[in-house]
Amino acid sequence: MAECHPVGYQWVMEARARGAKVFHVDPRFSRTSATVDRYLAIRAGTDIVLLGALINYVLSNGLDFREYVLAYTNAATLVNGDFRDTEDLDGLFSGFDEETGRYDPSTWAYEGDVPEEEEPVEGGGHHAEAAGSDSYGARGAGASASPPSDPTLTDPRCVYQILKRHYSRYTPEMVEELCGIPPERFHELAEAVTANSGRERTTAWVYSVGWTQHSVGVQYIRAAAILQLLLGNMGRPGGGIMALRGHASIQGSTDIPTLFNLLPGYIAMPHAHRHDGLDHYLEQEGADTGWWGNRRAYVVSLLKAWWGDAATEDNDYRFDYLPRLTGDHGHYATVMGQIDGTVKGYFVVGENPAVGSANGKAQRLGLANLDWLVVRDLMLVETATFWKDAPEIETGELRTGEIGTEVFFLPAASHVEKEGTFTNTQRLLQWREKALDPPDDCRSDLWFYYHLGKRIRQRLGDDEIDRPVTELTWDYPEIGAQRDPDAAAVLREINGTAADGRPLASLRELKPDGSTSCGCWIYCGVYADGVNMAARRTPHTEQGPVALEWGWAWPANRRILYNRASADPQGRPWSERKKYVYWDGTKWTGPDVPDFEEDKAPDYRPQEGARAQDALAGTDPFIMQSDGRGWLFVPSGLADGPLPTHYEPHESPVRNALYGQQANPARRTIDRPENPYNPALSPRFPYVYTTSRLTEHHTTGAMSRPLPYLAELQPEAFCEVSREMAEEIGLENGDWATIVTARAAIELRVLVTGRVRPLRLNGKVVHQIVMPYHWGYSSGGVVTGDVVNDLPSIVLDPNVYIQESKAGTCDVLPGRRPRGRALLDLIERYRDG
Amino acid sequence: MAEQRMGFFTDTTVCIGCKACEVACKEWNDVPDDGFVFRATSYDNTGALGASTWRHVAFVEQDGRWLMSSDVCKHCTNAACLDVCPTGALFRTEFDTVVVQADVCNGCGYCVPACPYGVIDRREDDGRAWKCTLCYDRLRGGMEPACAKACPTKSIQFGPLDELRERAAKRVERLHAEGTTQARLYGANPDDGVGGTGAFFLLLDEPETYGLPPDPVVTTRDLPAMWRWAGGAALALAAGVAACFAGRKP
Repeated sequence: MAECHPVGYQWVMEARARGAKVFHVDPRFSRTSATVDRYLAIRAGTDIVLLGALINYVLSNGLDFREYVLAYTNAATLVNGDFRDTEDLDGLFSGFDEETGRYDPSTWAYEGDVPEEEEPVEGGGHHAEAAGSDSYGARGAGASASPPSDPTLTDPRCVYQILKRHYSRYTPEMVEELCGIPPERFHELAEAVTANSGRERTTAWVYSVGWTQHSVGVQYIRAAAILQLLLGNMGRPGGGIMALRGHASIQGSTDIPTLFNLLPGYIAMPHAHRHDGLDHYLEQEGADTGWWGNRRAYVVSLLKAWWGDAATEDNDYRFDYLPRLTGDHGHYATVMGQIDGTVKGYFVVGENPAVGSANGKAQRLGLANLDWLVVRDLMLVETATFWKDAPEIETGELRTGEIGTEVFFLPAASHVEKEGTFTNTQRLLQWREKALDPPDDCRSDLWFYYHLGKRIRQRLGDDEIDRPVTELTWDYPEIGAQRDPDAAAVLREINGTAADGRPLASLRELKPDGSTSCGCWIYCGVYADGVNMAARRTPHTEQGPVALEWGWAWPANRRILYNRASADPQGRPWSERKKYVYWDGTKWTGPDVPDFEEDKAPDYRPQEGARAQDALAGTDPFIMQSDGRGWLFVPSGLADGPLPTHYEPHESPVRNALYGQQANPARRTIDRPENPYNPALSPRFPYVYTTSRLTEHHTTGAMSRPLPYLAELQPEAFCEVSREMAEEIGLENGDWATIVTARAAIELRVLVTGRVRPLRLNGKVVHQIVMPYHWGYSSGGVVTGDVVNDLPSIVLDPNVYIQESKAGTCDVLPGRRPRGRALLDLIERYRDG
Repeated sequence: MAEQRMGFFTDTTVCIGCKACEVACKEWNDVPDDGFVFRATSYDNTGALGASTWRHVAFVEQDGRWLMSSDVCKHCTNAACLDVCPTGALFRTEFDTVVVQADVCNGCGYCVPACPYGVIDRREDDGRAWKCTLCYDRLRGGMEPACAKACPTKSIQFGPLDELRERAAKRVERLHAEGTTQARLYGANPDDGVGGTGAFFLLLDEPETYGLPPDPVVTTRDLPAMWRWAGGAALALAAGVAACFAGRKP
């Protein structure tokens, strides 16, 4: 966090100054490790072992926050009798199909729930196929509001007992053997975390892509969620699990998504074969109980925002105009489509996949096989210049004259040259003013898409097939000589309006009958009363510590989600010290906006057949879930199991000591010649690598390498190795090393450091190498270097299709890499053994 | 002269090594880059303070510990650079800081060996001497120096020196009470060899560990005595010569 979020990290330093104890778990000793109370070195790709052992520590010592756990989680809920755990099946859950590599999750359901019927779509497992899990999990498909339960937590089929059994083998000894963390260090962490949780205290977890970029990435976060729920650290001040985002407004780009499987506000993208019309789609995509039961109002309001008067009840509000999924259209599937020639054109906006995505060569081969490519960026990034300076030109794999891709480079405006909002990791929207016009042809993305849309619309006729575009509401006021669309008008549209054009004040005003429009239901209220709430900047000295008048947080300006859980079931604060949102006898109140219906009393009990939030009791704080509970066990929505389980990375030098199952059985591999894998346990690739970032640079370096003041601070691509590893291989500090995987061989400067240490795993020594990935072959950089992301393979988490770039295997040789054809020969020798 | 002497207190115990100070300094003062050299010395690639690096973050790797510290011109009470400057390019400001005036400096370089910390240096391309101005222009505009402004953890604190010294003493006291007994101040003592510094530091190890001289002495300390000796010697010589002449018979 100090390394990549130094400005946010000031508050960690502040917390330390006030007595907070801070631990840092990371394969590399970074600037964060240097400034915490305790650093724990861990083997990359083993965090579920550590988190699982913490869960086991809590459960086997009876340290869970029992009252919270009983009232607010699904610990007591009974699970289908046919469910089989990894304990029974040596690392598999029930429902796994060896042939397709997919799970049928029906046995994971709650007792008595009829699992949704699986429709065979292109090989089955539709949510694995189309990454629907995002929305599934949130909506709790297939879980009823009041499933059978055992409040004594003794039934072997209750979640609590399943959890206890599942994590029983996650012991401190296993942590030492797999993670390389000694038992005394584990105990120090376990004692600190549990002692600092409960009525009086809360503990927070902060993570970043070190947790997500794994073939079991989603389950890392799930493991933290289980621990936090058991300790009562969710929905309470000082608790939670904080995702640090990679750069500005990444949160915003999932809320108003650039993801292929989502519509704004985490609404599922319709599927071409699963959904016949609006009613059918709404019926299938989500539960009727819990807040998602209101989804018709959100979807219809979105369709009204996009197609205005053309969207009527008679035509399903133009639901049929929405694009449809037919399968996986994620980044890596798209790249394979490029190589195969099925993807002809490509927009790359503010990204640099030629350097930033896993298996850089596959990325560039894809780019070289397009008809056209549009790159919008501040700099001529490697993705735009691959045709003349990619490594494949040097090796002869690509020839400039033979690349048919027509590249359009369109210079972008920087953040000071455009207005709009950034949404940060805590869901806070903050308005930015425009300081000056962008120079020359540089334009904002808003300008680009708006004017592109205008030009396309001008060229379209009256054909029915063109109507989804011609009927779009596409009329924003244009400002200044550059005719920038008014960003505030766009935010007003996102906020939504009533039938009379009045800006909506709250998402509760959204209607399913087409009388309201709203571009993103969770952002509804950001323009309440016609005021840009995101632009509010009341100083902290003029308001309370929750600072509700600084910017605006979705939803409804709530700063802590699920904050009903900050009070006990009767609505009283858990403690005076942790008092936050509570029931004052007539309503919920406190310094934050209650994440609950203000007048729903703690003793409210739903009537039979109630829908949406009415189906949840006054004691159910997790209002987005169909049962209002925090899910320790996930009955549906995940592609790789209801409970986080340790699997070794796809490429690992170590056998999975926990189960016979070595790697995530449901992981997605791409078995193609462009994407060869290092065999697991291969002596040819004995070292563990992880990739990282530095304070001095930003992602692929396109915004830092061209700047001399930043480039001089970290001028060359390097790797960090331990003294022991350097000695074993013959690496010299400051000299060169060549790193080899089945995909690539790259050269990096060597930094020999005592900060990296060999890990002792059950007698076996494992060396790790750490590589910052900020360098590439151009980007207008005053410094350049080999592309670290050429090394990782494309192997994906089955839920969200993130690549496993944080843990892999490699070999390391002293000296520089060969050039030209000799480089390919080297890689081939490794590949063929 | 302003009523209060202004300075820096750099608390290295909360430095996170982000180098925002180095960058902010260069941005504000228009200092050129210092070359693109991978030094393989931890995360330090600018090496040391010099003509084109006015803030420098040292990274010291020890067993289980990684010390980071942002170094800067000390703005000495008794500044040798200023003493030896023949042109008056170096002067003491109303904030009691020491500043080089680039339009007066003739590049003689006397100040370079005079500095006991090795701070001030000449740029090869223009020959003139450059160093931290404690953002003299910002101070005159009522603003804090760029490095202090950019520091996210308040490792670099700017203010009246009296207040900073008081704050620093309390900080050391607290660290000692918490068991960090190695904490000590560097440059806060007005009785040291340079009369105390306008920029002082809280360190967790010996000054040498951070590349700082343990017992800096103003290099012009002995100059008056040397001049007295030289003057005495000259007088004696003159007297001798005179005596020779005086002793001659007409």
